[in-house]
Formats: sequence, C-alpha cells, structure tokens
Amino acid sequence: MEKLKVLIADDELGMRKGTAKVLDKYLVALPGMEEPVGFDISEASNGLIAKEMLETDHFDLILLDYKMPELSGLEVLDCIRDSQIDILTIMITAYASLEVAVSATKNGAFDFLAKPFSPEELKSVVEKASRHLVAHRQAKRLSEEKRKVRFQFISVLAHELKSPLAAVDSYLQLLKKHVAGEELSKYDHIVERSLVRLDGMRRMILDLLDLTRIESGQKKRELTQIEISAIALKAIETYKVIAHERNIDISLHSETPVHFYADAGEMEIIFNNLISNAVKYNRDKGRVDIYISTDDKHLYLSVSDTGIGMTPEEKEKLFGEFVRIKNEDTHKILGSGLGLSIMKKIVSFYNGKIDVESQRNVGTVFKVVLTRLTEDENK
Amino acid sequence: MKADINTAQKKQILIADDDPDILEQMRFRLEAWGFDVCAVESQKKAEEKIKAGKPALAIYDLMMENQDSGFVLSYLTKKMYPDVPVILITSVTSETGFHFDSSTEETREWIKADAVLDKDIRYEQLESEINRLLKG
Repeated sequence: MEKLKVLIADDELGMRKGTAKVLDKYLVALPGMEEPVGFDISEASNGLIAKEMLETDHFDLILLDYKMPELSGLEVLDCIRDSQIDILTIMITAYASLEVAVSATKNGAFDFLAKPFSPEELKSVVEKASRHLVAHRQAKRLSEEKRKVRFQFISVLAHELKSPLAAVDSYLQLLKKHVAGEELSKYDHIVERSLVRLDGMRRMILDLLDLTRIESGQKKRELTQIEISAIALKAIETYKVIAHERNIDISLHSETPVHFYADAGEMEIIFNNLISNAVKYNRDKGRVDIYISTDDKHLYLSVSDTGIGMTPEEKEKLFGEFVRIKNEDTHKILGSGLGLSIMKKIVSFYNGKIDVESQRNVGTVFKVVLTRLTEDENK
Repeated sequence: MKADINTAQKKQILIADDDPDILEQMRFRLEAWGFDVCAVESQKKAEEKIKAGKPALAIYDLMMENQDSGFVLSYLTKKMYPDVPVILITSVTSETGFHFDSSTEETREWIKADAVLDKDIRYEQLESEINRLLKG
C-alpha cells in the first residue's frame, strides 16, 4: 500500500498525538489509485526541528502549527518556499483570522485547519490535500512520459536517417576504391541502389516536415467546400504509372460529386497515403478499389487492396511512428513509416477514425470516417 | 602445378542478410575478390539454398526474420556439411552490449560458426577470415 509521508509540527504534545492517532488508521480512496492511500506520520515539537526534518527527509504533507517556539509556522513556510521543497502545507492555527489565512496563502500554504478541530475536519482537509497531491503527481508523470515519447521519436528518427546515409556512404566507398575494376557499367546497380536510398531519405524528410507542421499547427488550414472524388482522381493519377508497371488496376467507386467541408491539402495527403500503400503492398496484377460515400454527418472512404496483407500482430503495430511492417514480402518496399502517423493526425482534426481490416496474403482494407464540420465549429 | 586462374572453378559463397544494401555490398566485394556469390535475403531462402547444394563457405546475418536466424542456419549448415566454414555477422554487440566470439572451442561448439564478425563489416577483416577458413 502506498503511504503519504506526513509531518506534524506542533509544540503541543496532545495535539500531535491526537492528530497522529487519527491519521495513522485513516485510509483515503483516491481517483486513479488502485488501493487506498495511508499515512506515515512523523512529529516535530517545534519549528526549528520541523525545519531540520524538512531539510534532511522528504515529506508529502506538513500539518504546520502557526504558533510555535523557536521558529513560527510562517517562518517554516518561508523556508519551504525559499528552499523550493516539494511539499503541501496545511496551516493549523488557533487564531483563524483572515489576516493569518491571507499571509499564509501568499506564502504557499494549501489549506487551513482551525483549532480546535474534530477528527472529521482533520480527515476532510487531509483527504483534499491528498487528492491534490496525487493529481499533481499524475500530471507530472504524464508530462514526463510525453517528453520520453518525444525523445524516443528523435532517436528513432536519427536512426532512420543514419541508415540510408550509411548505405550510400558504403556504395560510394566501393566506387572510390574501384573495387570492381575500371568498367563503369559494373557499378550501375550500386549507383541505382544509392539513388533509391537517397530518394527514400528525401521522402522521409518531406513526410517528417508534413508531420511536424501539422502537429505544431504551423500548417495553415484552409477549410472550404471541396469535391472529394476530384481529389481522389488526382491521387490516382499520381500513382497510375507505378501501378501500371505492375499491372495493378485502380478503380474509383463514388457517387459524384461528393461535397465535403475540408482542407484540400489534408484530403490529398489522406488519399495519397492510402493509395500509395495499396499499390506498394499489392501483388502484381492486383486491384485497388476506392469507395467514397457520404451522409448528413459523415464522409466514408475505403481503400482496399489485394496485396500481401498483415497478420493480426503486424496490424497492432501499424500506427506507431516509423513503424514499418518487416517481413519477407516487405523488405524491398521503401517507406518512411510516417504516412499513417500523419493520416491519423489529420483524421483527428475531423473527429474521425481509421479502421484496418487485413488478412495475410489476401489484402488490406483501410476505412476512414470523417465527421462533417460546420463552418462555425471550425472557428 | 600452378592453377590457371581463368579455368579454375570459382568457389561459391552463400550469403544471407535481410538488409538489401549490406547484401549488395557484400556481393559486390566478394565478386571482386573472385568468388561466385549466391545472395539471399532470408533465413527461409538460405535454408533452401543449403539443401540444394554445398557452398564453399557461408556468411549469415544473425537476426533476419527470426532473432536467431543465423544460429539456425549455422547449425543446419554444419549438420549437412561439417567441413563448410560459416561466418556469422551480428550487430548484437553494438545493440545489446552482449558480446560473444568464436575464439574458444567452447563458444565455437555452441554457436556452430567458425568466425563471428561485427556488423559495420570491416572488409579487410572479412577477406582475411575467408582466406583463412578456405585454406584450412
């Protein structure tokens, strides 16, 4: 069981013992905590001792008597503030005047307890402080986690950019040392591989720029009524050549025209990503089918392919940043691993969702649902 | 008698690595050194190649579709052709700090490879290992 460490600083022995006795057996159920929280009590019989204890040990909570010999409660409060000790203070005072309350709050006290107080009053104040403490710590942990995710992203990014560089570097070394002799045509394949890796790197950097612009809100969104099937056709046009080379047939099934209030650039990114994936991960002579439909509230997009598909485990990992599904069929396919992260972000702007259905060696269907926004909602 | 370099049959080396760039660079070097190279990108394909015929030497990446692909391939190669030298390429040391080598009889027995080289291949080292193993 987790225990919060409480320091009771009061010069009256009876007060200390009474308070300790109440809190010792007191358990508080707190939101977000599986088990109720108990209290671990320490005592200080004057302000100076309290100050020394605060400096040598960590406490979560202090019940601080206002009037004490050696060092008053307010002076202890000053020390807490000056040394930036991370602790929550509950001021205990027989003179529950407004003046004391104001000056203590100014100095960072969290709450008050006026002497004499009942065990119920004590419990209630301590419970409130505990809630605050736990909520505060959860928020802190969350921001810590966010920082870690960011850090992880950067280190993965560095790795992803390093690997094409290393490959091109090694290829150039082969060329420089004329490893295969003087005949240039012998190097054609490694030059080709270098270009492929550099192109992959360039695309990754472009995707990364897209992602950071979208995430930071730098990318200006222009929401207008647009015609979705026209955007789909434009994206199909982009991938037609690559698809044709592999005899992959792309068809659009859409009630035309489909009007939707959105940012045209964002819709292009969605279609480009979906169609590019459907072509890349397809088999030769396969199919890509794009369906667009709409109703009063939503826009429905679905892109299905007859490609290599995914296992349920691979599907689980799909939406992570830089995640590329690695298996025998995919190791020659290039990609930044950022496409779906970008899409997920855009889809969230439209209160939408992305669903994936996939079967290994059969194919994959991506279904995107976007919510119609009114012009007011977006302002 | 001196072997005629043009008519002497080239020795075949089987290499397996799932990184297409490393595979390509290795093939390039080995061909330049005068070997006949069979390059495959998976444990599965390497297994097929081993079963189809005996190479003069084999070089395997440790981690391919399985974490221990290289170990499995080494074991299989040695079981079928005990005299074929095997070189294992691994980035395990740099990624996990876990170090193993083939300098002692005990680890050679366990790993089933004759040499273990670090990824970030130093080709001079690879060449001298190949020459040493093919002579022996």
